[in-house]
Parts: sequence; C-alpha cells; structure tokens
Amino acid sequence: MLNKAGREIPSVIPGLGEVKLYNGAFGTIPTGRMVGPKIALNKPRSEKLVKSIDQVIDAAGLKDGMTISFHHHFRNGDYVLNMVMEAIARKGIKDLTLAPSSLSNVHEAIIPYMDEGVITAVETSGARGKLGKYFTEGRLKKPVIIRSHGGRARAIECGELKIDVAFIGAPACDTYGNINGISGKSACGSMGYAIVDAEHADKVVAITDNLVPHPLFPISIPQTNVDFIVEVDSIGDPKGIASGALRISKDPRELKIAEYAAAVIEYSGQFKEGYSAQLGSGGASLAVAQFMKEKMIAEGITGSFGVGGITTPFVNMLEEGLFKMMYDVQDFDIPSIESIRKNANHIEMSASYYANPHNRGPIVNNLDFVILSATEVDVNFNVNVITDSNGVMMGASGGHCDTAAGAGVSIVVAPLLRGRLPMVLDKVQTIVTPGETVDVIVTERGVAVNPNRKDLIDNLKCANLPLMNIEDLQKIAYDLAGKPEDIPVTDEIVGVVEYRDGTIIDVIRKPV
Amino acid sequence: MVKITKPAQAGTVESNDIMVTVAPAESGSGIVVELTSPVIKKYGKQICAVIEKTAKDCGIQDALVNANDKGALDCTIEARVKTAIARACAGEAK
Repeated sequence: MLNKAGREIPSVIPGLGEVKLYNGAFGTIPTGRMVGPKIALNKPRSEKLVKSIDQVIDAAGLKDGMTISFHHHFRNGDYVLNMVMEAIARKGIKDLTLAPSSLSNVHEAIIPYMDEGVITAVETSGARGKLGKYFTEGRLKKPVIIRSHGGRARAIECGELKIDVAFIGAPACDTYGNINGISGKSACGSMGYAIVDAEHADKVVAITDNLVPHPLFPISIPQTNVDFIVEVDSIGDPKGIASGALRISKDPRELKIAEYAAAVIEYSGQFKEGYSAQLGSGGASLAVAQFMKEKMIAEGITGSFGVGGITTPFVNMLEEGLFKMMYDVQDFDIPSIESIRKNANHIEMSASYYANPHNRGPIVNNLDFVILSATEVDVNFNVNVITDSNGVMMGASGGHCDTAAGAGVSIVVAPLLRGRLPMVLDKVQTIVTPGETVDVIVTERGVAVNPNRKDLIDNLKCANLPLMNIEDLQKIAYDLAGKPEDIPVTDEIVGVVEYRDGTIIDVIRKPV
Repeated sequence: MVKITKPAQAGTVESNDIMVTVAPAESGSGIVVELTSPVIKKYGKQICAVIEKTAKDCGIQDALVNANDKGALDCTIEARVKTAIARACAGEAK
C-alpha cells in the first residue's frame, strides 16, 4: 500500500508482522497508556554491587529471546556494548533483540554474535560501515528497525520497545546506583538517551569505571532506577568519546552554504529577541553558528535556548550570554562536556524531553530554527540520511525528523553535488524525514523554499539569496552530472524506517 | 584511424577525477572498458559510454581501457581519455 509519503509499503512485513503506515507528520493519534518497569523491592542496606559482567547477566535474569539496550554517548569510544555482548555470547544466550540508541563503527566487533544467533534482531537509530553493510545484506533474521531519537523514546514509553535489561555505561556511579556523565576519565556529558532506558527497563545495570562513595551528585540517573552495579577497568576510550573543540570549516563550499543558511534565518521573520535554535554538528552547521553569532551581536539579539547535540560554537554563545540556556541530550566535544559540568544554564535532558512526539510536548515543539544535514533530498523535499548512493545503510536517523517536525523553520543544508552524485533527486533512496516538515533546502548553487511556506518565500525575497524552485536546483545538478539511474533492489525488506510516531515511512530493500 | 602502440595513462585517483589507462588491443576487439567506480550503479553505463565515444572520436577502434573512477564528471572523463590516448599514440606517424 502507498503511505502518505508516497512509498509502497506492504502492510505485513516478514519478521515484523502488521505495520502502521505513515499518515502525515501528525496524522496518527496515539492511544493507550505509557508503560513502566516491573515493581521491585530493594531492602535497606541491600548490596547492588556485583563482581563481574558475567554475574550481573545471571543476576538480571537475562534469557533467550529478551531485549537488551545500550546508549551511544561514548560514540566510537564505547567499550560497554562489545564487552557485555562478549559475556552474553559466552553464556550461550540466543535470539536477543539488541536495541541501542545508536551504533558506531566500533560495534562491528559484535557481527560474529549475529552470525551465531546470539543477536537476531536490531532496533537502532542507525548503522555505519560493516554493520550497515551487514544489515543491508539481510543477514539478520528480522529487518532492522530504524528509529529517530524521539521515536525511540516514544517506543520505550508506550511499550512498543520493551527493554528487559538496560546496560548503562556510567562515567560516575556511586555504590547505590546514582549516575552522572560529567565526571571520571570516561566523562561523556549528558546521559540523555540512557535516562529513558533507565526509567523503563525491567532491570537496569550500571557499568562504571569510576565507582564513588554514596551519594553522588549531581544525579542524572537516580538510584531508584538502578538494580545492579558492576565495576570494570574502563568503559570507553576518551579519544573516541569526545573530540577536541570542533573547528569551524574552512571549506569554501561549506562556508557558502552556511552563509546562505544564516541569511535564511536572518530574513525568515522569526529571527528576533528570544528565538531558539538547534544546530547540527556537521561542517556547514558549525559555520552557521559562527555567522549567527555575528548577526546576533550586530543586531543586539539574544536567543532563549539552544538544543543539541552540543558543540563548542554553541557553548561559546551560551557563555557569552547570547543564549539564555541550553538543553543537552548528547555532547560532541570536550568543551561541551566541561560546559555541562560548570554552567548551571546548560541543562541535561532526556531523549523524551528532547523529541518524543507522544508526551505532553517535547522541546523540539518550541524550536524556531533547526539546521540539518542530508545525504540526499528530492524534489518533494523528502530527506534521506540513512542509506548511501548504493542503497546501503551508512547513517543514522538521529533527531532529524523530530526537529524538522518541531521547528518553526527547518533548514536542510547539503552540497548540490557530492563527487558526481546530485543531492537533489527525483526520489530519495530512503525517506527518513518527510518533505512536508522540511521548509528550506540550502545548497551552494541555490536555495529552494517548500512551496507550502508562502510566508518564507515572501520574507526571503529581500534576503539577496539565489532563490529558485527545487526543480530548477535539481536541473543544475543533473546538467552537471547527468541523470542517475535507479539502484536496482530486490523485494526483500532488510530494514524499516519508523517515523517518530511509530508508523512506517519507508523500508530499505536489499540491493541486487 | 589511429592505432594505440603502447600503454599510457592519464588522470589521478583524487576525488572527482578518473585514472584512465589505455592499452593496445587486437584488431577487431573493439573498445573494451574495465570500470571501477563508487557510482557504478548510478552512472556506470554513462561513464562507459563517454569513454567509448571519446575513444572513437579520437579515431581509435581497438583498445583496452581501464578506468578507475572517483566520481568524475563527463568533461573530466573525456579529457583524461583524450590525454591517455594521445600518450599511447605518441611517436606514431600521423
């Protein structure tokens, strides 16, 4: 059946059963109640410390067929997921569903456990490298479920993603299970994604390389959510967890794109005192932050809040008083981790507060602007950030569709060509973010505004931008590169892309 | 008709370039293209067509062409093929 994004999706998908089809960005009204974890009794002075990961797997009662979760704040420096999976595999447990908030290249070490049937299903924000290839080849028993950060929080809170055991890497943990991410050698800053897992999993295991006496403060994840604690030598490689301060791009093409994007913001009609913004961590996004800062100072405008995915340019604006505060679900570089540690107006938030469409209102609903990157866009403004030009999974959904739906003005930045590949296509390979939620596409050769946004088209007329129809933008790309052929795919569905509300917006079919 | 007398090469393996190697082939074998490219699924046919057409326009009928593409545009492919052929035919009396 055709869904509302115009994609042909079977109503029953092998391995997943019946699915709900995407019905517009706010076209599906949720029913039911939020779910909670099992009730537990922990008597006074009970011991939560367990000697080893092996023992904690037994203590948590992990069995065949269960669902386990991890969080990706340690990014490519994560040791926890691989360490736990190795212990689980040793015990001969099979048929697990792995549901991390995302996967990095470092996790390709778990591929053998998928071959052996230890893991037979994966639900994640994304996958890159060998893992992305593995999933695209359809080597798991079930199709991979791709969820946005808000969609994952929603799925956990409504019970669609029921976590039996959550394993939480804890940069600081006290002896009764209070956790934060801001101290210790493996500090990662915000623990935003893990907060939801800790609140809803039946069993919660903290794995720490920094066990401290009770009580730890500040608290990100409270002792009331944590069943067991295991101390290990190291939970992550600090070099992989956070980079040094992210630098502003010097690439002239990225700077051109950033300049246009900043002009879109300035002339949009919403760039005024108290505005709010989320900026991505890509090269062009960081440069936008720099241009915005200059405009804010020049025009005497201060912002109310920033959202991220926090990076150094945003921290600088916070510290210079250009933004009142910052909501943080994840940190990308060392200055951002330092900022959440020392700045009272740099606040940690959960993935649900960030972007779950089915709570009483996530912070993305209050956003005026978001800058997003893209792997491909199409003439209907749909965006792909999950599959590459060969149809192979190589990215992550992240907060892309969440912020695009929430923000007053959602701006997608991309070069018009990457190598030979045009970035404005007839149809993107995979829709992650529907065009109805994308307002402006900015490339170095031209800026296209979604025809639904007549207000923006009018406001941007005086911005001295190379405004054009999306079709004209596409023509420039096709004239340079030629019209690309479609990637031939089989009927086999190897992945489904959930929209943030749990409906299926697209599927990933195995390429021929 | 121009005849390729020795193998020759043009281009680099930088992004957006293509490294083209042309070598002599038996008479009647035509222009045989071996292509590797990150965009082979989307542009493989077109790249091969541009290589063949450029070679024929240069008067070549038989050649073995090895093309290591890194996302070059047609204008780049054409230039690299022409240069490789010129080098491969150098010294031949016109």
